[in-house]
Amino acid sequence: MADFGFTLSKGRQIDYEANDKRIAEYIYSREPSFRLCIECGGCTATCTTGNFTEFSLRELHILMKRGENAKVRQNIRKCMLCGKCTLVCPRGVNTRNIVFLAKEAFQMFDNHAV
Amino acid sequence: MNSDVIVVGAGVAGMETAGRLAEAGLKVILLEKNEVTGGHVTNWYHLFPDRRPGSEVLQYLESLKVNGNLDLLKGINLEDARKDKNGFILRSSDGDIFYSKAVVVATGFDLFKSERKEEYGYGIYDNVITSADLERKFREGDLKTTGGKLPERIGMVHCVGSRDEKSGNLYCSKLCCVTAVKQAIEIKEHLPESRVFCFYMDIRMAGAMYEELYMEAQEKYGISFIRGKVSEAGESIDNSLIIKVEDTLAGRPLKMELDMLVLMAGMEISRGSQSIGSMLGLETGENRFFRVRDYHIGSNLSNIDGVFYAGSCTAPMNITDTISHARAAVTEVIGYLKQ
Repeated sequence: MADFGFTLSKGRQIDYEANDKRIAEYIYSREPSFRLCIECGGCTATCTTGNFTEFSLRELHILMKRGENAKVRQNIRKCMLCGKCTLVCPRGVNTRNIVFLAKEAFQMFDNHAV
Repeated sequence: MNSDVIVVGAGVAGMETAGRLAEAGLKVILLEKNEVTGGHVTNWYHLFPDRRPGSEVLQYLESLKVNGNLDLLKGINLEDARKDKNGFILRSSDGDIFYSKAVVVATGFDLFKSERKEEYGYGIYDNVITSADLERKFREGDLKTTGGKLPERIGMVHCVGSRDEKSGNLYCSKLCCVTAVKQAIEIKEHLPESRVFCFYMDIRMAGAMYEELYMEAQEKYGISFIRGKVSEAGESIDNSLIIKVEDTLAGRPLKMELDMLVLMAGMEISRGSQSIGSMLGLETGENRFFRVRDYHIGSNLSNIDGVFYAGSCTAPMNITDTISHARAAVTEVIGYLKQ
């Protein structure tokens, strides 16, 4: 096709039906507290990684739930597994275990270690 | 017809007030415009937070009516209400005249007419229903869509007609969040394989056992909560619904296909309240509910001596608060009549 110098922007809309929710389902079934998040951001506020890099555990949780896995795949490795987020969570979400399970799920479904 | 007190409206507030005033030995006339008593509760299947049947509360209210001091008159449309030096005179459209020394206004609320939020398509798309419609479906035991299938994906829209300048209602109706959570749980109980999504602006769980119910909805029933106001609903060729919302916590617009959309209709002061309010000259606030004389220590008092308020004609209220408010009105009335 002729190149006219124009590009199409990729849509930003989350297409819920089209997305792959297997990562989230994998975590839901093994760590039910994953459902309890109320998006307060306490985990992100206390997170050392989050204070030095673009890393928000809260955001990664919600992206997995919506099946927007690419950003999670790129970023989840930044977690140092210190577990401060688990201590601060007001809903008792086992955030540290969710990071483990996410890594497992990516390995299983994507055949791609993160 | 003579009495000590006329109570207008035989919903939860009116029946509680009238019943308790009669128990205290006063001669009470209870006027109801409909042929049935109990108000909105008659339409409700189960009540939050403990999900007891609404009929149990109705039974309790019925038991209050059995009192020799209480005259209940149904199908009464008031045409005039005024105060003179001897007390109050109310006249119905049939020409009946009622006299009393005090009046309790317990005329309650109406549900917001969801058609007014055209962008959600209530009354246009088949499978967009209101919270009240869903209660009826629960009572009838039929959750099927108009296409005759059981819905697999159901969305609940919070704040329909509440906290919305476009509807002219800046206030929070207080009950819709917990109603959505209760109804979402009940959908999951009826249809365990379904997925339920609640779209909210803020989750307001300010009542005993509400937050616990919310947590149960997430943990036990796997209900998803997505923060964002649904901007519009559309219908696809196969009769399913497509909604647009911003997932504000993901910071991204989101579209989703649903089989059914439930609108959590808010509360507005009832037409009956507005009607008696204009007859008696009762003051209303910016939210159009009756303005009480003192929000802390005089929430049953109106701008007219001898006219008292009970229940949700003053503000959105749940049944617990309505009953407490009605009992407080009884104390105010007794105090007034002793003067």
